[in-house]
Amino acid sequence: MAADVKAPPLREFPETPPALVPGAMSGAKPYVASDKIQQAIGFPGELTEGWEGRALGRMGELLDRYRSLRVYLDSCVHCGACADKCHYFLGTQDPKNMPVARQELMRSVYRRYFTLPGKLFPRLVGARDLTKDVLDEWYAYYHQCSECRRCSVFCPYGIDTAEVTMAAREIMDAVGLGQKYSNEIIGKVHRVGNNLGLPGPALADTLTGLEEDTLEETGASVRFPLDEAGAEVLLVTPSADFFAEPHVESLIGYAKVFHAAGIRWTLSSKASEAGNFGLFIGNYDQLRRIALRIREAALELGVKRIVVGECGHAWRVAYSFWNTLAGIGAGGDDPFARALQSQLDARYRQPTHICELTWDLIRQGALTLDPEANDHRVVTFHDSCNVARGSGMGDFPGGQFTIPRDIVRAVANRYVEMAPDTTLERTFCCGGGGGLLTDELLDLRVKGALPRMEALKEVVDRHGVNFMATICAICKAQFTKVLPYYGFKMGMVGGVHQLVSTAIRLGAKQ
Amino acid sequence: MPSIEVNGNNYETDEEGYLVNLADWNEDIAKHIAVAENVEMSENHWEVVNFLRKYYEEYQIAPAVRVLTKAIGKQLGPDKGNSQYLYELFPYGPAKQACKIAGLPKPTGCV
Repeated sequence: MAADVKAPPLREFPETPPALVPGAMSGAKPYVASDKIQQAIGFPGELTEGWEGRALGRMGELLDRYRSLRVYLDSCVHCGACADKCHYFLGTQDPKNMPVARQELMRSVYRRYFTLPGKLFPRLVGARDLTKDVLDEWYAYYHQCSECRRCSVFCPYGIDTAEVTMAAREIMDAVGLGQKYSNEIIGKVHRVGNNLGLPGPALADTLTGLEEDTLEETGASVRFPLDEAGAEVLLVTPSADFFAEPHVESLIGYAKVFHAAGIRWTLSSKASEAGNFGLFIGNYDQLRRIALRIREAALELGVKRIVVGECGHAWRVAYSFWNTLAGIGAGGDDPFARALQSQLDARYRQPTHICELTWDLIRQGALTLDPEANDHRVVTFHDSCNVARGSGMGDFPGGQFTIPRDIVRAVANRYVEMAPDTTLERTFCCGGGGGLLTDELLDLRVKGALPRMEALKEVVDRHGVNFMATICAICKAQFTKVLPYYGFKMGMVGGVHQLVSTAIRLGAKQ
Repeated sequence: MPSIEVNGNNYETDEEGYLVNLADWNEDIAKHIAVAENVEMSENHWEVVNFLRKYYEEYQIAPAVRVLTKAIGKQLGPDKGNSQYLYELFPYGPAKQACKIAGLPKPTGCV
């Protein structure tokens, strides 16, 4: 299965941009969604005659609806500041993975049909007809962008290239050319309640097992409640937290924090997923429908607070969009949104990130921590792109950087930063975000992890780092898979609340 | 749709070689998939595969990794009740590779 996956050699760190290998990744394409997967979420089943007109029609609608998209397509001057900032370019050396070149695949079509010079003199302005070859190129390269927005940090015009990728994917979905991985998952969210397809009874069984394990480990009856009406907190977390390693260690960490602080909390079988892949495919209706499940669950359970677990893009959606999508936080204005506003406790940020909740408790002295319990670990922190560049935490700028680090320092004695060009708002994507965490793209994912692996190698060699903490389910799954390709152990990656789980002492302060 | 041929019969699979129809599964198909995955099936492999199928029958999903390690630990001894042991059996990852051999759908999402 993994025979043709190749990790590039680690360069001396830091390095100059790599040599170009044109077309290196032209064949890397994720599986196309079947007609069944497409139709289940309201998209055409397949590409049929006349698709060109429908694609341009959808592009026109997007340009009218989002002024931002038109500005991003118009204002690029091809200065190249973004060219060597993309992890996929650095790892694959394919020039079409320079953000400017990848977005040019759509800009050239935009100029042809939506600008006067492109309509009159297409060749003079590099405008292209939308042909099947062009569409195939879109499909390949717009699925080699993880929408991480690192390039945007360096763009002098502030062009959000992820918005261009999202628009391209939305146009492709609109004509029946969807990506199997993301669209199958979106179908499962609607059908079963989460990305994994974990039905309620299996979730209940898994949680009961975790209660047994935690009792055995700590001697404390830490609960993992499901669908308990009247709880104070609804925790919405990625379904990978129930299923996978190391994700589940963080779930145990959240449960211990709630237990130690005496907060009554619950999970919901209806909203058993924080992730919202509607963001990845750039489809507003899906983004909204997936977000509305959380509101429904919150209203049914009568909770006072909504807390989000360790999931990068979910926190971006929650922090930036839940208010207008679902009325969680101020902004929604329909009867259900108003009902939710009067139900939620206004003394807390709504929604709250689990790191905000834990850090508040640590500051109040409400948790008993034994950082020595993590002394076998030398920890570094990997900023996840959607948290770093698409959200905030706390009530001050940069809280999304300091709060997770403050928690790590409170629960572990040995902490080291990676190189500054690879952290905070300049963090490198793990290489598997944005709907690309699928096996058929493993070669791309391994190559895209290169810049992060180089920075990690440096702190491993210099400081003996043996644990990279993250607050994103995609980062955890991606690193577990790709670390061995670079000679690291898969167990090196884990969650911030995995460290909390190790250090927290239960029973002392109740 | 792609398919695999076992004992003269054709069975439909998806692009990645997961069986489309759960009911098609039998031990010969499992062995066939295992060969393609470079996994040599031992008694311990069968323990895992059989547990996966039993759990799936009850819950319509493969067990979480922790549920699996605990069950295997109970059956085969505590030294085998960990994910490292499962990775030794199924190097591409117990969740995906063992599910494929057991004829179950691939777990999706951030796993």
